[in-house]
Amino acid sequence: MIIAIASGKGGTGKTTVATNLALAVRDMGYTVQFLDCDVEEPNAHIFLKPKILSQKKVAVSTPSVDKEKCTLCGKCGEVCQFSAITVMGGLVLTFPELCHGCGGCFNSCPEDAISEVGREVGVIERGTASGVKFTHGRLRISEAMSPPLIRAVKRDVNRSDVIVIDAPPGTSCPVIQSVKGSDYVLLVTEPTPFGLNDLKLAVEMVRELGITFGVVVNRAGMGGRMVNGYCDQEGIEIVSEFPDDRRIAEAYSRGRIIIEELPEYRMNFEHLFRDVQAAIRRQKTDDEKTWQRTFNETGGFS
Amino acid sequence: MKIAITTAGKTLDSPVDPRFGRAVGFIIYNSDTQEHKYIDNQQNMNAPQGAGIQAAKAVVDAGAEALITGHCGPKAFMALKSAGIKVFTGADGTVQEVIEKFNSGTLTETQGADVSGHWF
Amino acid sequence: MKEVVVVSGKGGTGKTSIVASFAFLAERKVMADCDVDAADLHLILHPKIRYCEAFFCGKVARIETEKCTGCGKCRDLCRFDAISEKYIVDTIDCEGCGVCYYACPENAVVLEEKKSGEWFISDTDYGPMVHAKLGIAEENSGKLVSLVRLQARRLAEEQNLDLVIIDGAPGIGCPVIASITGADLVLAVTEPTMSGLHDLKRVVELAEHFRIKTMICVNKYDINHEIKQDIVDFCEQKKILFAGQIPYDNVVTKAQIAGVSVVEYSRAQVSMEIERIWKQIFYTLSVEATVRS
Repeated sequence: MIIAIASGKGGTGKTTVATNLALAVRDMGYTVQFLDCDVEEPNAHIFLKPKILSQKKVAVSTPSVDKEKCTLCGKCGEVCQFSAITVMGGLVLTFPELCHGCGGCFNSCPEDAISEVGREVGVIERGTASGVKFTHGRLRISEAMSPPLIRAVKRDVNRSDVIVIDAPPGTSCPVIQSVKGSDYVLLVTEPTPFGLNDLKLAVEMVRELGITFGVVVNRAGMGGRMVNGYCDQEGIEIVSEFPDDRRIAEAYSRGRIIIEELPEYRMNFEHLFRDVQAAIRRQKTDDEKTWQRTFNETGGFS
Repeated sequence: MKIAITTAGKTLDSPVDPRFGRAVGFIIYNSDTQEHKYIDNQQNMNAPQGAGIQAAKAVVDAGAEALITGHCGPKAFMALKSAGIKVFTGADGTVQEVIEKFNSGTLTETQGADVSGHWF
Repeated sequence: MKEVVVVSGKGGTGKTSIVASFAFLAERKVMADCDVDAADLHLILHPKIRYCEAFFCGKVARIETEKCTGCGKCRDLCRFDAISEKYIVDTIDCEGCGVCYYACPENAVVLEEKKSGEWFISDTDYGPMVHAKLGIAEENSGKLVSLVRLQARRLAEEQNLDLVIIDGAPGIGCPVIASITGADLVLAVTEPTMSGLHDLKRVVELAEHFRIKTMICVNKYDINHEIKQDIVDFCEQKKILFAGQIPYDNVVTKAQIAGVSVVEYSRAQVSMEIERIWKQIFYTLSVEATVRS
């Protein structure tokens, strides 16, 4: 089972929810895998304090041209949508940092003069944090491309574990990469105008991806009930609410785990997990019923 | 020789376009024949990235040996330099005025990109 | 004409709230909201849109099913797993690279310009504003950010205004890079938490990489005095100006709910501190201008 924790707005408490959920679920007897997909600003390690067992560089492929074979026909430059390779003034020029690794130039070169060379975008680190399997990625500073690193973080996971994904903030490409393929997305928000504005964007994103989702309201009471009003209107389940407890903010600031510092909150996470499990089960049943109905309506196997 | 000047319009009276990568177009001026022609650059508008590189290619393919513009980013500069093009930045006024400055030798060649580029 | 960008590394430190206050305090400027993925500044500045334009970024592939013979070449070559078994392109996964277009023996693939968002020029009570909306699930490559900045600069030049104030994006990726390159000053807003400090260091490294003068301020500083001190020490060590420290105050939320900037809503310590920080930014930019001329 894969649960992704995302939000439109940054700083709403994604990492807090993700890390505490992972530990609470471990304590309920499950094998948990934690994936920190916020490769630009990974934070989960601050709270989970993993023992890192392996580190691997992650590279994306970029073109390298064999000048002996190259006839300067320019086909590679024509094909490349990203201006990462071009022929001009009697030269082949490459701009590796623009390359998206699509392979277009390799495919198009009539002389087979182009080969793949790796360009490092960052590293992934794997380890364990008190019985939770842990992976995170760290994007190289000034590197623009995070999706390949995010894909690397998500690779080779055991789907029979409970996988908790901490996604980056926002609704664009890196978030999509992180959240894709999950069984459930928890959208963490705060009851403020900015929080609500960005929640609506995040809801659009998750609906576009077609993944079952629910909302966690953090710092409930700090603003008004605008988020509750919106969720009611849209028929969105608020799976959990956390009060505006300054002790949580302080524990967070010190890199502490909430369910350890303030054990009264452990139950919130246990209930949250059970509710998510139930929602996934309900969705699966709904999906099966829809499939069965379509199957029957279209005449079965004929 | 041919020189390329970034332009916001199609004639010699047009103002110089201070941008290179996403300039409206280029005037290619042949100092030997005193003829000029306009090349449109607007297909670069929607390119996801690398406008400077495409603009450099257009200038090189047109046979220019020098480029005069307002600003030039690092990738474009690298592309132009590799192709042996002399780059002059800081130009303003009309295309005609800039050609005159070039002819009288009052423009200074740039040794590097003068802006950080528009990162995609 | 100068550009100052407000970034944070970590999200949720209060960047946009502070920028909204700067909009009130600064004169003769253009506001630019470069947090195009999750823009919030408009909730305080209440822009009236004067001009709107579609934003196209790259391409997306579409397979014409009548021409498709199901040979599978496209699926074999697509490195982004964007083509389904039924030969339908997933527009979210499609990178617009064109490999399928060039590979298809039946010419069944069409590469189309993709509208990925919109940008706007607006009027506000605080002056002109340029902002944008990136489409859901679109690639935030920084191109739209660059466009917003370009339009803001143009507007400033046209209207003879001295300053562009930019609300940047969280993180250190493309959109942030596009927000800061070539700017005159970066203000990094952080919070006194371990995550805040961790992320601050990364965004400061990014600003250093692009050789941009940086200042730091701490928001909600009284949550953790120790880490606040760590941040002050970090500034000293890096010779970065520590511009100020803003106390935690729920007046910030009240102002947000009321839809006005903090400095307009209240004269509390929060507002005093934000003003102080603004004055330092203004002073630094003016000094540079004098020195240059």
